Amino acid sequence: MNNKTPLLRRDGTVKLLSSLLSIVIGLVVGGLIVLLVGAGNKSIGITGAWEGLRLIFAGILSTGRDAAGSLTWGFNPANVGNMLFRAVPVIMTGLSVAVAFKTGLFNIGAPGQYLMSTMVTLIIALSIPTTAVPAGLVWLLAFVGGMVAGALWGAIPGIVKAFLNINEVLACIMTNWIAANLVTWVFDGSVYRNVVENTKTGYIYSTAYGLTEVDGVWTYVKGNGVQTAKMGLDKIFPGSQVNGGIIIAILLAVLVWVLMSKTTLGYQLKACGSNRHAARYAGINDKRNIVLSMAIAGSMAGAAASLYYLSGNTEFYWNTYQSLPAVGFNGIPVALLAMSNPIGVIFSGVFMAMLDIVGLQLTNLTAYNEFITDVIIAVIVYLSAFSLVIRTLLTARKKSRDDGPNANADSEPAAAEAMPAADAADATPADAANSEQGGEQA
Amino acid sequence: MDNSPHVIEMLHITKEFPGIIANDDITLQLRRGEIHALLGENGAGKSTLMSVLFGLYQPEKGEIRKNGQKVKINNPNDATALGIGMVHQHFKLIDVFTVLDNIILGAETTKMGFLQKKAAREKVEAISKKYGLHVDLDAKVEDITVGMQQRVEILKMLYRDNEILIFDEPTAVLTPQEIDELMATMKEFAKEGKSILFISHKLNEIMAVADRVSVLRKGKYIGTVETKDTDKQSLSNMMVGRPVQLEVTKQEAKPSDVILHVENFIVPAKGRKDNAVNKVTFDVRAGEIVCIAGIDGNGQTELVHGLTGLDKCSSGTVTLCGEDISKSSIRSRGTNMSHIPEDRHKHGLILDFTLEQNMVLQRYQEPRFQKAGFIKPAAVREYAEELIGEYDVRSGQGAVTVARSMSGGNQQKAIIAREIDRDKPLIVAVQPTRGLDVGAIEYIHGQLVAERDKGKAVLLVSLELDEVMSLSDRILVMYEGEIVGELDPKQTNVQELGLYMAGAKRDRKEASEV
Repeated sequence: MNNKTPLLRRDGTVKLLSSLLSIVIGLVVGGLIVLLVGAGNKSIGITGAWEGLRLIFAGILSTGRDAAGSLTWGFNPANVGNMLFRAVPVIMTGLSVAVAFKTGLFNIGAPGQYLMSTMVTLIIALSIPTTAVPAGLVWLLAFVGGMVAGALWGAIPGIVKAFLNINEVLACIMTNWIAANLVTWVFDGSVYRNVVENTKTGYIYSTAYGLTEVDGVWTYVKGNGVQTAKMGLDKIFPGSQVNGGIIIAILLAVLVWVLMSKTTLGYQLKACGSNRHAARYAGINDKRNIVLSMAIAGSMAGAAASLYYLSGNTEFYWNTYQSLPAVGFNGIPVALLAMSNPIGVIFSGVFMAMLDIVGLQLTNLTAYNEFITDVIIAVIVYLSAFSLVIRTLLTARKKSRDDGPNANADSEPAAAEAMPAADAADATPADAANSEQGGEQA
Repeated sequence: MDNSPHVIEMLHITKEFPGIIANDDITLQLRRGEIHALLGENGAGKSTLMSVLFGLYQPEKGEIRKNGQKVKINNPNDATALGIGMVHQHFKLIDVFTVLDNIILGAETTKMGFLQKKAAREKVEAISKKYGLHVDLDAKVEDITVGMQQRVEILKMLYRDNEILIFDEPTAVLTPQEIDELMATMKEFAKEGKSILFISHKLNEIMAVADRVSVLRKGKYIGTVETKDTDKQSLSNMMVGRPVQLEVTKQEAKPSDVILHVENFIVPAKGRKDNAVNKVTFDVRAGEIVCIAGIDGNGQTELVHGLTGLDKCSSGTVTLCGEDISKSSIRSRGTNMSHIPEDRHKHGLILDFTLEQNMVLQRYQEPRFQKAGFIKPAAVREYAEELIGEYDVRSGQGAVTVARSMSGGNQQKAIIAREIDRDKPLIVAVQPTRGLDVGAIEYIHGQLVAERDKGKAVLLVSLELDEVMSLSDRILVMYEGEIVGELDPKQTNVQELGLYMAGAKRDRKEASEV
């Protein structure tokens, strides 16, 4: 785009570099904890710690242990396939959070949007008999239904913010818990509870079950339901849960990127997000755009749920009233690590999913138990999301080197610019303070 | 050693950044008890020089001396220890703290770890009494005016017993009265033996208050002169490097059709019961510049917000090109009106957008710049480059420069380029030259006069009396939300204008019936 700036100085390069650096820092610190825990624990020992360290960095390439008991390495299609499968929902919630960040909003409501979408997706998929309607069409209805549910649920904090100037973070947190209880209430006592596999109390049928008329009675029969097409991925990654969802997720990410950076709508949304007052000055309807931003963000979180539960091999535990789905919150570090770049979200989402697999490998192959594994993975995720801080440091270094004369009267913008996320959260109380009633509504 | 006439000397300072020499062999000598002005356009190197003095940058060459003795300033703490204090252009205050807390912050007196606020209060009270710098110590900073906030910054320096006081563009945010008070205070300090470095590009103020002036231009030291041996014209020539026209030259206005007609216009005030704009009636004709004069806060901002649609009016009509727009949306008003806003950072620009994105802020939906909802990047780039060339907007990377990184003058030029090029019958310009240097002011005044001569109606809101007197064809004075006088700039003078602005004189009665 701009040929005059050297590659290393370009904004994009700095962003990429800071994301990569924070990943490395996260992995190194995670590795250190592995060593420390291992060295201090007799059942793990030095050998175990060394194995653990190698798994932290390359667990995705682990293929188990050979007869002699040492770790073996190589391409593990099941691991990679499962990684891609697990990446789908975090990519989508990551997109959800990223879209909101880009438009100056903090969507902490992804868990609620995810739950509402789960509910609608499952009800559609489990209510329409595939014997009457083609499974592909049911799938599409359920998928779109889920996205719409997420969009509507996301629009609520947007409306509350746009018209009443209530911080979207507060509204999101409340809508999260409303969703959690609403979903539990709807499924509690519903026909969708899995009674076929009687060990599965508390679970809803997976969408692989289809409503089928057997001897005049409507029952759920496994294999008659809808399932996301494999799109040939099961051939590449045999033995894994992967399906076409990852391709759909990537397409949606590209779509979001196009929307945000190529269209007038994206321009409008970003203008409102960066400076609501200037957008209003220019005649852009700021209220409508805030609602729209949240609705788009919500639809992405909705797609996360529908893609996850339409896979056919996942089941929903409906007693959610006391907990929110972690995948909704995981969208936040995914978006932060990607600096809210929709294309970057694909990679950061895959990275998060890889950590999941690495954690599993660590638990399965070594004496590290799942709890310490979770701690280690959490540390890596936590540090990875520091990419903004790293970028601030990189930018500050760049600035002090080449920005002397322009430093006129702008002492803080480097920091301010580098923290859009923090800005987004901070900006709202200020907004509330100088609330202005919209003239263009008239 | 203490017999050196200079408290602070910066000798042959050179500070380079990759690709640019920000300070090229600059010498600045500050005498004890003098007010020394540092004059230069935006980007001349004033801020860099001050950053060197504060230890934020280390110069490649040159040395700093205090009382004739060489000192090394590695960080701002060293500068503070040397008695150097600064009032920044953007105040460094904590809004939710009280005035007293802000003053003592960082220099608290403590006893066994407990704050000794009483002692601090007594000291601050003594200082404010001595210099007549009265301010409510228990008020929160967010609740006091900008002028008062500046006073807090000054008290901060005095509380720390600083003897070298630096004021960075201190008058940019003040009303004319506050400026006079500040000038008096500065003179008082100088009499006390404190030394003052006054960074500015406002020639009137420099001539009024400074003893000597050092001029910088494009990183180079041009010279130091005594104010009594110079005048505004030669100072501005030194600063800009070419003869500058300080007075606006313009032909007689030839007003024709009424473009904007405002009648009984009322805009309610925010957070108060009364009206910010109260039953205002006036016309603006094609081919004239009508100026709304007045002291800041007398309803000018609300009037413009009401006219442009940023705020709602409660009654009255606004007729623009024959159409009542008092209830229209901002966008539809924009079809016949361009608006150079008062606050270029809040309304004028999206600072995180690039220059080219800012150039199409109102126009991105025109078929020229989009097709089926997709922005045409090439068309936007071409248009931005056209404007950048035509209006001489300077920036680091041209069309893709992030607006935040541009200098204030060029940000304003970008807004002016955008608004003038929209080519609307009415131009509303609010303080279009605020905070800009002489060269940029000359340019912007020229543009507004040129638009007038093309038959545009220009509504100008200004707080600068010089600008009001020289640019306008008709002056409307606003006082407490009402238009209290209509004056002809050729038949009035600053004194009479001042009386109207202060509310001591009014010639329109119809507004006060309410």
